[in-house]
Amino acid sequence: MDETIRLTVDGAERTVEVDTRTTLLDALRERLEVTAPKKGCDHGQCGSCTVLLNGRRHLTCLALAVAHDGAEITTADGLAGGGPSADRLHPVQQAFLDHDGYQCGYCTPGQVCSAVGVLDEVKNGHPSHVTADLEGDPDLTDDEIRERMSGNLCRCGAYPGILAAVRQAAGA
Amino acid sequence: MRTLEYLRPATPADAVRAVAEHPGARYLGGGTNLVDHLKLGIAAPELLVDVSRLPLDEVETYDDGSGAGLRVGANVRNSDLAAHPLVRSELPLVARALLAGASGQIRNQATTGGNLLQRTRCVYFQDPTTPCNKREPGSGCSAIEGYGRYNAILGASPDCVATHPSDLAVALVALDTTVVVLGADGERRVPLEELHRLPADDPSRDTRLAPEDLVTAVEIPLAGATKLSTYRKVRDRASYAFALVSVAAALHLTEGIVTDVRIAWGGVAHVPWRARRAEAALIGHALTEQAIREAVGDELRHAETSEQNAYKPPMLRRTTAHTLLQLAAQSREESR
Ligand SMILES: Cc1cc2nc3c(=O)[nH]c(=O)nc-3n(C[C@H](O)[C@H](O)[C@H](O)COP(=O)(O)OP(=O)(O)OC[C@H]3O[C@@H](n4cnc5c(N)ncnc54)[C@H](O)[C@@H]3O)c2cc1C
Ligand code: FES
Ligand code: FES
Repeated sequence: MDETIRLTVDGAERTVEVDTRTTLLDALRERLEVTAPKKGCDHGQCGSCTVLLNGRRHLTCLALAVAHDGAEITTADGLAGGGPSADRLHPVQQAFLDHDGYQCGYCTPGQVCSAVGVLDEVKNGHPSHVTADLEGDPDLTDDEIRERMSGNLCRCGAYPGILAAVRQAAGA
Repeated sequence: MRTLEYLRPATPADAVRAVAEHPGARYLGGGTNLVDHLKLGIAAPELLVDVSRLPLDEVETYDDGSGAGLRVGANVRNSDLAAHPLVRSELPLVARALLAGASGQIRNQATTGGNLLQRTRCVYFQDPTTPCNKREPGSGCSAIEGYGRYNAILGASPDCVATHPSDLAVALVALDTTVVVLGADGERRVPLEELHRLPADDPSRDTRLAPEDLVTAVEIPLAGATKLSTYRKVRDRASYAFALVSVAAALHLTEGIVTDVRIAWGGVAHVPWRARRAEAALIGHALTEQAIREAVGDELRHAETSEQNAYKPPMLRRTTAHTLLQLAAQSREESR
């Protein structure tokens, strides 16, 4: 069954007809030609399809497009504002460049969206599995960054660079 | 390809009616389990009733005469529940259990209701090319003779050795949580401990709920031992993995004597396992490692293991002892 849904993707209003079984990831990539989110595992295990959905980090492979009618989505392309042609990078993107936070780059759009989500969650005082004091404000230590970014796998093993990039962006 | 209808009801009552009237219907929460099952061919509903936007997203305190508690709407996301100030201060084991599960992204999507009703991660259940009595009744159990590292050790049956995967459920069952259910005949309250069922000869049913039963909230009592509590999860890697075993524990000591203790285990059974026998053995005694090990041994008296999951009983003994002794140390620290 087809349904028509509306999404705001990287600042642009888009309308698209999707089969009810279509995931948000396929709607973005195959129907709207928004290819920043990547399909890695398609089962919620790798994080490469991560976007910001209504401001929070979210997987798009385990989400049905119809269920997110009206959502506001920011992909790695739209992070800097001004779309793919923006001449300035988001601080998290710049940090990934500065620290070689990737090799092949396939996981990177998901990593940067996830990192933006992490920084926001920390700013809002959200604890993590490794936070010792649940009631205090978390410090973004290396262990905290590793734990909070554990939903994003990198097959190239660029983890040291990713860690350094998130550390830099947190201080920025 | 089969067609799939999608409905977004305006009220919980509309949702229940839609599923009651349509035998092939399923509720959709955050979708992190069900959408995966659609792809894997494990679930093939004809209608999805999306309940994720129903206004069931409040966390509020209540007092029902028998005591105070925290009511959590079925749509409260796992991340929001873990970050809620009252959960962090009064129910640390709940926050810890949530934070030990899945990933930051998934916790932003997953709902409280969907989390409790997620289905087993048994590799054979998730692989439609293999026999599995839970997925396809009567086809056999591949896990009994197959890959058994995650298999149940308590309450399993010759038809199914799957374990329940939710971390949150283990923490909540330790706290005598009640599940608020809206069904065809109206609202009712079900103790979480009675929500899930052992596989027996019908592993296809995970719970005692009817298909149209909608979970609208859970009610967590804020009485007794809750504040001095934690959740300890043992897994194959440090993060983003399901439990080998897990222990939810809460403790209250009066002059060194156990006056309240809650113990629940994950990774051991088809249900989140409340270790009531172990609790009873500890009440009224001083909390020593020896006493805990004996209490756990008592709870595990009917445990059945195979070569691949024989590590679980000793791991439970150590993890339960470590967790409770840590709480006891914390208690001494705080009373100083
Ligand atoms: C890679 C990965 C790792 C994970 N790791 C962990 C982990 O370590 N620990 C852990 O506990 N979990 C883990 N999970 C599972 C995750 O927590 C669950 O998928 C999630 O909690 C399910 O919630 P949901 O809202 O997305 O449910 P959905 O997928 O929407 O629904 C799940 C089930 O509940 C039913 N349902 C949903 N809402 C209701 C309702 N209100 N009333 C009645 N029925 C309802 C649906 O019909 C469906 O059968 C992991 C998942 C993935 C993909
Ligand atoms: S593609 Fe979505 S998590 Fe891997
Ligand atoms: S850079 Fe290649 S997968 Fe991460």
